[in-house]
Amino acid sequence: MNENTNNKWVWIGAAVLLVALCVLPFLVKNFRVFQFNMVMIYAIAVLGLNILTGFNGQISLGHGAFYAIGAYVAAILMDKAGVPYWATLPFSAVICFVVGYLMGFPALRLGGHYLALATFALALAIPQMLKYKGIEEWTGGVQGIVLNKPEAPFELSVLGQPLSADRWLYFYILLVTAIMFLIAWRLLRGRVGRALVAIRDHPIAASAMGVNLPVYKSLTFGVSAAFTGVAGALSATAVAFVSPDSFTSFLSITFLVGVVVGGLASIPGAIAGAIFIQFVPNIADEISKSAPWAIYGIFLILLMYLMPTGVAGLISKIYSRLRGGPAAASAGRSVASAVSQPVGGSQS
Amino acid sequence: MEALLHQIFAGIANGGIYASVGLALVMIHQATHHINFAQGEMATFSTFIAWWLIQNGWPYWGAFFFTVAISFALGLLIQRTVLKPVEKAPVLTNVIVFVGLLVIFNALAGWIFDHTIKSFPTPFPKGSLIDTQFFSSHEIGSILVMLCVLGALYAFFRFTPLGLAMRAAAQNPESARLVGVRVSWMLGMGWGLAAAIGAVAGMMIAPIVFLDPNMMGGILLYGFAAALLGGIDNPWGAVIGGFIVGILENLLGAYVIGTELKLTVALILIVGTLTLKPDGLFGKAVVTRV
Repeated sequence: MNENTNNKWVWIGAAVLLVALCVLPFLVKNFRVFQFNMVMIYAIAVLGLNILTGFNGQISLGHGAFYAIGAYVAAILMDKAGVPYWATLPFSAVICFVVGYLMGFPALRLGGHYLALATFALALAIPQMLKYKGIEEWTGGVQGIVLNKPEAPFELSVLGQPLSADRWLYFYILLVTAIMFLIAWRLLRGRVGRALVAIRDHPIAASAMGVNLPVYKSLTFGVSAAFTGVAGALSATAVAFVSPDSFTSFLSITFLVGVVVGGLASIPGAIAGAIFIQFVPNIADEISKSAPWAIYGIFLILLMYLMPTGVAGLISKIYSRLRGGPAAASAGRSVASAVSQPVGGSQS
Repeated sequence: MEALLHQIFAGIANGGIYASVGLALVMIHQATHHINFAQGEMATFSTFIAWWLIQNGWPYWGAFFFTVAISFALGLLIQRTVLKPVEKAPVLTNVIVFVGLLVIFNALAGWIFDHTIKSFPTPFPKGSLIDTQFFSSHEIGSILVMLCVLGALYAFFRFTPLGLAMRAAAQNPESARLVGVRVSWMLGMGWGLAAAIGAVAGMMIAPIVFLDPNMMGGILLYGFAAALLGGIDNPWGAVIGGFIVGILENLLGAYVIGTELKLTVALILIVGTLTLKPDGLFGKAVVTRV
């Protein structure tokens, strides 16, 4: 009985949310719609990094590189081969998966700091590689590639607002985001997800239980890169411009900030993290050009001390306080173990 | 032939800088088994302090030594305040805190000293006595300074009680604590020394690459490559690795791949070393008991 009413409320909530999401772009200006698009794109990228870092415990400071590769693959396909924007996603995903998988191989031999270091090197090197003269014909060199924003295929007017290119993209990106989150949810809430967390928390025990460490770890790297690559491809469409200097090493750090703020090993946390990295710099920009990064840094360090489970952990903590049940409190605990337990330390 | 020699000598000069950055990384790694991602940004910040002092009329060497002292204090302070609480935390937490420090120092340097590119004076002007055919005087000077730093470090660790205590704390913290070494403070000392060495490296490289908040990005990467190539737990390895990386970078840049892909060389060196010979050329193989 109770279960049934609960279910009903979940459905009603989901329907309200869906309607709100559909009306939202027509209530605000085009520029805001563009910002919402970027939030969804960042959410996919942050989710991709979270699969690797939050769930599997492999630290990457180089996911900006996969984002860049995804964006460039999409841009080159649209610009040189005339591929329609929606058809670029699988290409970006597959290429990033392959690159990520290849990066995952050396990653097998590297633990913790060294992996962070190797991926950081990748993030620093990628703008230079994109500027390389030998592939300038494809990448446009320092100038990058300018694209056209896809127009809506039909005319529509809601609340007196036309369906502009940005609003059309909003629905397109919303659909892709929903699909990507669904894939991640299906992947992580089952056997595979448990295996990943087991590898993170106790690799030796995990392999003793029959988890194939090398296969899982390198595949996770590939899947994570593919998610971020899809985000990159979407960004090429939404921004309609790619250039080497939009993919500096700081982009990778931005994604890490998103993961930490949203909450390690939390799927919905990726959205909170994406909202943070999209809007906080805008607010902080008004203080000084350098302020966003100072604030990012302070947030990173403070969150590690005060709230290692991020926004998602905070919400589940508040929720369980409200419910008052000790059972509900355990929901956040498995996440907390990712950061509060020493790596390799056994857990009872 | 002369051009080749020129490239090699320029590589040696750069190698000295990479060696010192690598050395600073090895110092922190030996003491804490962490890799400090903020090393380069801290060095840049120190260089900005020196620049500011010189702008305000300080003599070069006065500013130099004052900056080294300030950097030492700053490094020590950071370890005591920011890193002590997470000393025993998992790797991920540490990496995130390091990245936090990295962006804070980068932003502060831009905020306080602004983003324009500045020239930094050299204490070894052109046409002085040590100017030779193959080396500019600044190159020779910076190699000499780096050798002095190395010598001083060697003497410090080899001949002073404090150096001995630091080595003990790094090698076996439990036993060191039992004989009365304050291990946690020794880690702080390690951070201070690393920051000071970083400051020297920053001040030596700034006249060559010019000073801006992102100055050390690429250099840090080469420093990493140097430290890994030589073996991350071997200070001498880091120095030799630094010279190898410096020469390799210059030769490859001049004759094989061009100057645009220099950072990719560092990436390949890092990934290659970690995959093919994870202990580096001179490092000890680490055996862990499960």
